[in-house]
Amino acid sequence: MVPKIQDYAVIGDCRAAALVSRYGSLDWLCWPRFDSVAIFSALLDPDKGGHWSLAPTSPCRFERRYIQNTNVLETSFLCDSGQAVLTDLMPVASGQFKRSAMMADHELVRSLVCTEREIEIQIEFRPRAAYGEGPIQLRDHGKLGLRFESGGGVYWLRCNRPLHVESDRVRDTIILKRGETLDFSLSYSEESPAVLPALGERVRAAIDRSVEWWQQWTARSNYQGPYREMVTRSALALKLLAYAPSGAITAAATTSLPERIGDSLNWDYRYCWLRDASLTIRALLGLGYMDEAESFLTWLLHATRLTQPELRVMYDVFGGMAPRERELDFLAGYFGSRPVRTGNGARHQLQLDIYGEVIEATAQYANFQGCLDRATQKVLIGLGKHVARHWDSPDEGIWEPRGGRENHTHSRLMCWTGLDRLLALCDKGILDGAPREQFLKERERIHGQIETHAWNEKVQSYVSTLDGEGVDATLLRIPWYGFEAADSERMKLTYRRICEQLGTRDGLLYRYARKPAEGAFGICGFWAVEFLALGGGTLREAHRLFARLLSYGNDVGLFSEEIDPATGDALGNFPQAFTHVGLISAALTLEEKERGEPHPAEETGADTKAVGREARV
Amino acid sequence: MNWSSWLLWGFLATIVLTTISAGAQGLGLTRMNFPYVLGSMLTPGRDRAKLYGFWMHLAAGLVFSLVYVWIFQSLGEAGWWRGSVIGICHGIVVLVVIMSLLPGLHPRMASEQHGPEAHNLLEPPGFLALHYGVQTPVAILLSHAVFGAILGAFYRLV
Repeated sequence: MVPKIQDYAVIGDCRAAALVSRYGSLDWLCWPRFDSVAIFSALLDPDKGGHWSLAPTSPCRFERRYIQNTNVLETSFLCDSGQAVLTDLMPVASGQFKRSAMMADHELVRSLVCTEREIEIQIEFRPRAAYGEGPIQLRDHGKLGLRFESGGGVYWLRCNRPLHVESDRVRDTIILKRGETLDFSLSYSEESPAVLPALGERVRAAIDRSVEWWQQWTARSNYQGPYREMVTRSALALKLLAYAPSGAITAAATTSLPERIGDSLNWDYRYCWLRDASLTIRALLGLGYMDEAESFLTWLLHATRLTQPELRVMYDVFGGMAPRERELDFLAGYFGSRPVRTGNGARHQLQLDIYGEVIEATAQYANFQGCLDRATQKVLIGLGKHVARHWDSPDEGIWEPRGGRENHTHSRLMCWTGLDRLLALCDKGILDGAPREQFLKERERIHGQIETHAWNEKVQSYVSTLDGEGVDATLLRIPWYGFEAADSERMKLTYRRICEQLGTRDGLLYRYARKPAEGAFGICGFWAVEFLALGGGTLREAHRLFARLLSYGNDVGLFSEEIDPATGDALGNFPQAFTHVGLISAALTLEEKERGEPHPAEETGADTKAVGREARV
Repeated sequence: MNWSSWLLWGFLATIVLTTISAGAQGLGLTRMNFPYVLGSMLTPGRDRAKLYGFWMHLAAGLVFSLVYVWIFQSLGEAGWWRGSVIGICHGIVVLVVIMSLLPGLHPRMASEQHGPEAHNLLEPPGFLALHYGVQTPVAILLSHAVFGAILGAFYRLV
């Protein structure tokens, strides 16, 4: 059975990630980083891509779950002959443990335990080099395990039972009786000597240690609202996608899962987009993850250092430029969706919204801390000056169309937000030496332009591009950033038009009108929830919509980028950090409004007059 | 025996050898990190092992350079090519003898016969250290040849 996107769950160790299907097949793994070359990529081509399946030979029912508050996955095989539980994880441990014991640089553990009667399990371990472009050569080193090299690193597969090895794969069938286990450890190292993980009790210890590590991390969340389970799962997904050595957060764990089945809208999302910055900081700070927020912000400011005051759209996990886009013609693509791409061609685009994102993210952090160091202040002032000089230029905008530049309302909004936050930081005495008058003047000019040219009298709505007619879901962000109140007449009319033009029956939203339509965009629905909660509707409406949107997560609570409104199937790269930060932000806004607390924009913004202002219609 | 010349050029030759080894690793010629091999004899923590191993490697370099100097003194002359020949011989001994003895000498290294156990988890080097990359012998021979060449070229007999 070929799994769909929602049939996958993710495991990871804050450095790399793997996708495991509900049928026990590991179909995606890139080591040592999220954006490294994959050795299992059956996700994108079941024949050529390579996979590692552990599955019962007889028909059975599959159930799965994450062990509570962890990224440790358990899949149950419920067959007539017996039952077994498969535990999949990439072991994690505290720094203290790593200093006192040897751990493999990168390890993936699969442990199968027969829990009832007996069960026959078919094993197929078939890695492929370079996304499936070539075979690998497996070598049996006896008690050390099986070894193969690919991409400059060495892989070791160890198992607690003898296996039938062919030159490029392991294929075997094993009968497990109640209480018996089948343990695997796959490790990778780019440095020798590699650490070869022991099996037996050590596997149990690694699982226990990882469960404890994730649970301790989850316990640090201070979210107390009614959506704790889904918020926690989103936070865990976000943490898993964070690259621990640098603090970067990758947009998704995969490349080329399509936005439209069978089409060419297939992109590589294993890089870090600045457009996610403010929502990511909002999610981390809102949940109380100060260390992660600081880490992410440090990465943000460090990664952009070489290009400041100009910013790139995306970076790799160490702040390098995302690689050039390349098409992997030998892969069939997910359900025939070709081409499969690595690298990203949008890396050279101009997106002016990201300046506001970075400034807003830093401002949120500064408001928590109450201060900013001198170097960060200098960076912010540089970004502000750049915005003041360039805000009136056309750009590609947040949705990265490849058809050229336009004057996007959302980009103007974010330029306004950037200058507004800098002025607020000046007023609070956090930012010294900024050209306040210049920022004030340019902010007002942007404000005037949005009010005049982004509002279309004919269609009675804010519009996506200046003097245009179309709408897109980013217009729902206008109140979020404090530009205009959600309960203003203009915003209510805009919301109505967005629902008419972009809404589906079940509360989902397309990001913009497109023919033929791609999937509804996951985060846009959550933006609508926040819009309603901020005064565009009632809190009850917001809760109702939120609950409906949550039902589109898969059975383990993960979201991809988009959702097919007709079938409810997940579309696009998976799991998607942007959707999960949207979920967390919406849950936090609902909670804040229930408690009567102010929204972050009310605290970080300078133009407080704008909030609550009735727009002229 | 010129002690000050030995100390200076033994030290510098070891630094160059360490740099070539690290460079070869960075360039993908080999995966082997010899300071880690040495340091992990003392501690399981990776970062600390590399630090300890660096100092151990430096000390070992000075000790081995004494042998080179002893040979130069015995021959009555040094020279870069003599040093290189001794370095290549040294590299061959490391590859053929030391690497095969390592699983028995190293308290944290697994062996092909017993596999990894709770405290012996490090991958053994295999014949000619080929487990650490097929070009590892080249990297080892090259770095030792340069080590010997520096000592031979700059060491002053008196």
